[in-house]
Amino acid sequence: MPEAETKTAAKPLPVVPFLKIPESGEPYLEGHKCGHCGEVFLGQRMVCAACGTRGQMQPVRLSNKGKLYNFTVVHRNFPGVPVPFISAIVDLEGGGCLKGNLVDMVPNAEAIKFDMPVNVVFRDAGRKDREGNSYLSYFFTPAN
Amino acid sequence: MTEVYVVGVDMIKFGRFPDRTVPSLGAEAALMALDDCGLTIQDMQALYCGNLGQASAMVGQRVLQEIGQTGIPVVNCANACATGATAFREGYMAIRAGQYDTVLAVGVEQMGKGLLGGGGGASGIPTEGLLGSGTMPSVFAHVGMEHSRKYGTTFEQFAKVSVKNHHHSTLNPKAMYQIETPLQEVMGAEMISYPNTKLMCSVNVDGSAAAVLMSEKKVKEKGLMSRAVRVRAAAMTSDPYTPRNLVMPDFNAVTRLAAKEAYEQAGVGPEDINLVELHDCFATAEIVHYENLGLCADGEAGRLIDSGETALGGRIPVNVSGGLLSKGHPLGATGIANIYEITTHLRGEAGARQVKGARLGLTHVVGMGSACAIHVLEKVN
Repeated sequence: MPEAETKTAAKPLPVVPFLKIPESGEPYLEGHKCGHCGEVFLGQRMVCAACGTRGQMQPVRLSNKGKLYNFTVVHRNFPGVPVPFISAIVDLEGGGCLKGNLVDMVPNAEAIKFDMPVNVVFRDAGRKDREGNSYLSYFFTPAN
Repeated sequence: MTEVYVVGVDMIKFGRFPDRTVPSLGAEAALMALDDCGLTIQDMQALYCGNLGQASAMVGQRVLQEIGQTGIPVVNCANACATGATAFREGYMAIRAGQYDTVLAVGVEQMGKGLLGGGGGASGIPTEGLLGSGTMPSVFAHVGMEHSRKYGTTFEQFAKVSVKNHHHSTLNPKAMYQIETPLQEVMGAEMISYPNTKLMCSVNVDGSAAAVLMSEKKVKEKGLMSRAVRVRAAAMTSDPYTPRNLVMPDFNAVTRLAAKEAYEQAGVGPEDINLVELHDCFATAEIVHYENLGLCADGEAGRLIDSGETALGGRIPVNVSGGLLSKGHPLGATGIANIYEITTHLRGEAGARQVKGARLGLTHVVGMGSACAIHVLEKVN
């Protein structure tokens, strides 16, 4: 992300609570892992939805590498949302699954391959809130 | 526990009625269902009312204000697209438990046009189109693409569902549309979220449907057994945990769990069912539910639609009403409209679209969030 973009507001805000922006170092996605069954969830939680175990959720830093599990190319959306775009569901290495936009490739359903390796990258969301704050978002890009 | 029967059921012709109110639409179907069995509101011991859009606005009580305020208990239900089926099942359970002999279930919805769903997000900016898509066509595109990923299901196979259900609706005067849509037209329609084109998305309509449920003793007492239909199963589930389902709603696991429960309650298997009204909110959904309901083996759904076995006249006709795709999908009314369709066939009163010799029928809805409800209905006479 260009430096100039982040300086317009005091600091970019995370687009979702599980996107962490440390004081120093790279942004990352945070999950929570169940100490009993090992399931990994996005964000913070008290109880494991998979096995119901309490008090054993530990924060984990999610990988920036994953594989494309599922996608659709969206051609019609609400007014103001640029189309077409690729809505993608990605399984991260080491656990965690999330939905996001797959960018830096042509939104052509025939050209997109299931299980293709992708990277998680962090860029300006391109949208501001009413107060003019910038947001940092995550995106998927094809990994070479 | 008593057996439970549907003795009266009806639905209004689905359409767009911007000048009507939700209670007036619900009241219309309620009166039609009462007339269907020759009873009055004074015979009803409770009302179970399904509506989503005005879930906090006491729709059931407002229906009674239009058709007779007899002081009976009213339960208002909201359960996404399973709303109507949930109301029906609540009434079923109250009779089954011996609390009442006769209850009324009403499902009603007034819809706007256009896309449903979409990502809000916890932060201060909308996330739709930024963190993927949460519109309903996209959510169900992902459902179809998962099936493609596993089994190679094609765009054309998904599109054939829409061709079939639109054809069925030409035989249903209560459907929103009665228009044939050939394959090329379905595939060539505006792409919304691949592989769902506009003609592969259910129609947002206004509608209502209602049913009168009754205990066995009361059905005999009232002499209503000749057109009664027995409820053999009333199963409901929430989404069990499966990997990814917090990111990509898993409509398969929730349906499979309900199907297992419903077949056990009814003591029958999918091979015994003569017709099915399942939740074809999008063409992609019908394909996956063939397998979820056991109408074919896993991986065979593409072949099943190709074979024509799910068309009227085939081995297991699915959505002969025209389905949500063409009859229309007024969310809160859909579950009870399905009950109307199956009951009408079991009574042998479905006219041009009648499934001949139908004895057992199954209804299925699944609401995102998620809730699945399945009913198995049986011809009595």
